[in-house]
Amino acid sequence: MARILLRKMAKNQTGTIAAVKVGGELGQRIRDMGLVPGTDISIQGRAPLNDPVALRVMGGTLSLRNNEADFIEVEVDDE
Amino acid sequence: MSNDITIALAGNPNAGKTTLFNALTGSRQHVGNYPGVTVETKEGFYAKDGRRCRLVDLPGIYSLSPYSEEEVVARDYLVNERPGVIINIVDASNLERNLYLSCQFMEMGVPMVIALNMVDVAKKRGIVIDHERLSELIGQPVCPIVARSGQGIEQLMATAMAHAMEHGKWRPAKISYGDDLDAVMIDLTKIIEDKHFLTKDYPARWTALKYLEKDDRHLSIGDAADVEVSRQLVEKVEEVAKHLEQTMGTEPDAMIADHRYGFIKSIAKQNVVQRSVDQDRLYTSDRIDRVLTNRFAGPLIMLLILWGLYDFTFTYSALPVAWGEAFFSWLGNLAELYVPDGYFKSMLISGVIDGIGGVLGFVPIIMFMFFGIALLEDSGYLARVAFMMDRIFRIFGLHGSSVMAYIISGGIAGGCAVPGVMATRTLRSPKERMATMLTVPFMNCGAKLPVLALLVGAFFTKNQARYMFLFTLLAWLTALVAAKILRMTVLRGEPTPFVLELPPYRFPTFQGLLIHTWEKTWQYIKKAGTVILGISILLWAMMTFPVLPAGERQHFEEQRQQLMAQSAPALVAELQQEDALSPAALRLRQELLTLDGAEAEAGLRHSLAGRIGMGLEKLSWLPGFDWQTNIALVGGFAAKEVIISTLGTSYSLGAVDPEESDSLGAVLAKDPRWDRVKAMSVIIFVMFYAPCFVTVACIIKESGSWKWGVFSMAFNTSFAFLLSTLVYQLGSRLL
Ligand SMILES: Nc1nc2c(ncn2[C@@H]2O[C@H](COP(=O)(O)OP(=O)(O)OP(=O)(O)O)[C@@H](O)[C@H]2O)c(=O)[nH]1
Repeated sequence: MARILLRKMAKNQTGTIAAVKVGGELGQRIRDMGLVPGTDISIQGRAPLNDPVALRVMGGTLSLRNNEADFIEVEVDDE
Repeated sequence: MSNDITIALAGNPNAGKTTLFNALTGSRQHVGNYPGVTVETKEGFYAKDGRRCRLVDLPGIYSLSPYSEEEVVARDYLVNERPGVIINIVDASNLERNLYLSCQFMEMGVPMVIALNMVDVAKKRGIVIDHERLSELIGQPVCPIVARSGQGIEQLMATAMAHAMEHGKWRPAKISYGDDLDAVMIDLTKIIEDKHFLTKDYPARWTALKYLEKDDRHLSIGDAADVEVSRQLVEKVEEVAKHLEQTMGTEPDAMIADHRYGFIKSIAKQNVVQRSVDQDRLYTSDRIDRVLTNRFAGPLIMLLILWGLYDFTFTYSALPVAWGEAFFSWLGNLAELYVPDGYFKSMLISGVIDGIGGVLGFVPIIMFMFFGIALLEDSGYLARVAFMMDRIFRIFGLHGSSVMAYIISGGIAGGCAVPGVMATRTLRSPKERMATMLTVPFMNCGAKLPVLALLVGAFFTKNQARYMFLFTLLAWLTALVAAKILRMTVLRGEPTPFVLELPPYRFPTFQGLLIHTWEKTWQYIKKAGTVILGISILLWAMMTFPVLPAGERQHFEEQRQQLMAQSAPALVAELQQEDALSPAALRLRQELLTLDGAEAEAGLRHSLAGRIGMGLEKLSWLPGFDWQTNIALVGGFAAKEVIISTLGTSYSLGAVDPEESDSLGAVLAKDPRWDRVKAMSVIIFVMFYAPCFVTVACIIKESGSWKWGVFSMAFNTSFAFLLSTLVYQLGSRLL
């Protein structure tokens, strides 16, 4: 298990959110959508210009900009 | 009437709220706006077995945070209007995420029934939800439904009505937020109850929670009510916040959100959700996404789809638009024949009929466009467009969803800014939305094209396609740069968080699409219609009054009589017949027409618009415009194609048909006051100056404020003036 930033995750990689290090509106939005510590996510893909990133979260798909994903730390599963 | 139970519908975007609302109310609904904000509300009635209830559709939201207009509206509605019960519609195929909002309603304590929607979709994905168990665990009634087929909705309504009768009182649920916060919650609640702080409107526990979350909006409501107590609460919250920061490195609001999800996940685990299929299996939707958002194929397909939408809108609406035009010109002719000559007639034709014709002329375009957008939105594709385009639009301070509005407005030359402005509704970020709305009128709409074509044809080349392409690029560039300027000045601010849901692809229902389309179209007719009619009459008056003094009119009449008198009576009689005129009669008619043209020019010059045009020459020498051009540009505020007919009048040709403007082109090309530099300067100005008033009316309506309508006229006009001046001054020096 290694802890990395969400931005660094590769396509199809899975992991569990470890921390969301931002407050205010952005923090609230991220949490509202279910991105809280303990949630399992997997990277579903990236937009043609590599940003934003699409994630699978609890049966739904979300997308985040890379600079927003930078606040999220993930414990990635070993391959 | 007033005894009807009020039921509010609430839920996440895409959970099927609209579908349920339509299924319940049918056509008995109306759309309105909350006062002061642009968020829409819909109301309707549902009746069954002699009992009736009023249904209010709240905006789709993910949370009750204070950050978006929609969320605040939903919150205020619940507090101020106190509906008997809310139906919280929850997407069964995405249960945990949807329960987050339910959780907040429970914290608030509003009587609630959960409508577990899309159980059919969930089943297909191998998800089975034990709704009875769920109901037991969260302590709220749960009714499984399929909104789309109507399955289960009678049961739902019966449950909701019964629940509303039984449970008048709000009973906040006690959810645990961890030992530290739970202890503080008890303290805070005690203070609030002892001091009766806001307890008339809000449950004490809810206020305590909002203080813990540092919810600005609730804090200011608290401050207004009692600063002392409010400060006391804030102090307590700061204490615990500091403690949390030191021991766990987190903040209360983060902690609360984490525990809400903890609560939800623990419920889901207690045999509520059963998944018979591996969760990581690729759903159909993901498979579609593999292609539609593919790095290479994705953008290409997107271009094709957007082009298709555009083509669909403007091709298929062309016929009804032509019918509309034909109808109004028939009406105009009728008035011409049967209404006695005079100002009333002139106002009826040029003000009222043309004005209403102008409004209704857009209706088919708007209908087709909204149908297309509803299709893209309901199917889930629009979110993918935003996803793919975001990186580019973000550079200019916009949002991925902005692309739609630009394309419709003329991003592919020939669109229309009116539906473009309305299309910004799909943007949920307020600043990005305003910046988009204010810059879409820079695109080359269908009404600017004939003006551009005229000038390009007269001064540059007969081969206009290349120039049109260049102008399209120029429009995009200018619009995006202008958006950036706006985002750095009047609309300055951090980008709104993007965090966007990509809903699964679905087949939209035809009925849903039609309802969407009709709602938006009707709003346009109703709201824009009144403003536009008024302004249309005003413009007519400006171009008519004051009229030429009797002496001058007399002068023209004398000249006319003189001409007739000089000609043989047979020739004059021959004029009465329409065609097959002899060359001599043709010449006479031509001379008479020239005289009419000269009178019209004199009349226009004498009118208020004419005076304004001449007055403007004091400024307009900078971009090189003469008074005739000035009047035409003033007239162009009514609709850009009016520029051509007004130019025709002011150059004494009589009204010129925009479709056949060759004669005007020839006149301009020969006129010594015109040259290529001036033509280019006018082209630039026409492309970028104040949007036509239909667009302005829509901007006012969509932004919810007069301020933005006025701003768009002033900003665009100054912007265009600057550019044109630059072109003209530099051009005439260099060339
Ligand atoms: N299969 C299935 N589809 C449904 C059901 N309910 C709604 N849908 C579809 O889900 C899509 C979204 O439904 P809407 O009613 O527009 O969702 P909404 O919650 O109003 O979404 P917003 O308008 O974004 O707030 C539409 O294509 C509906 O046809 C259902 O019970 N089963």
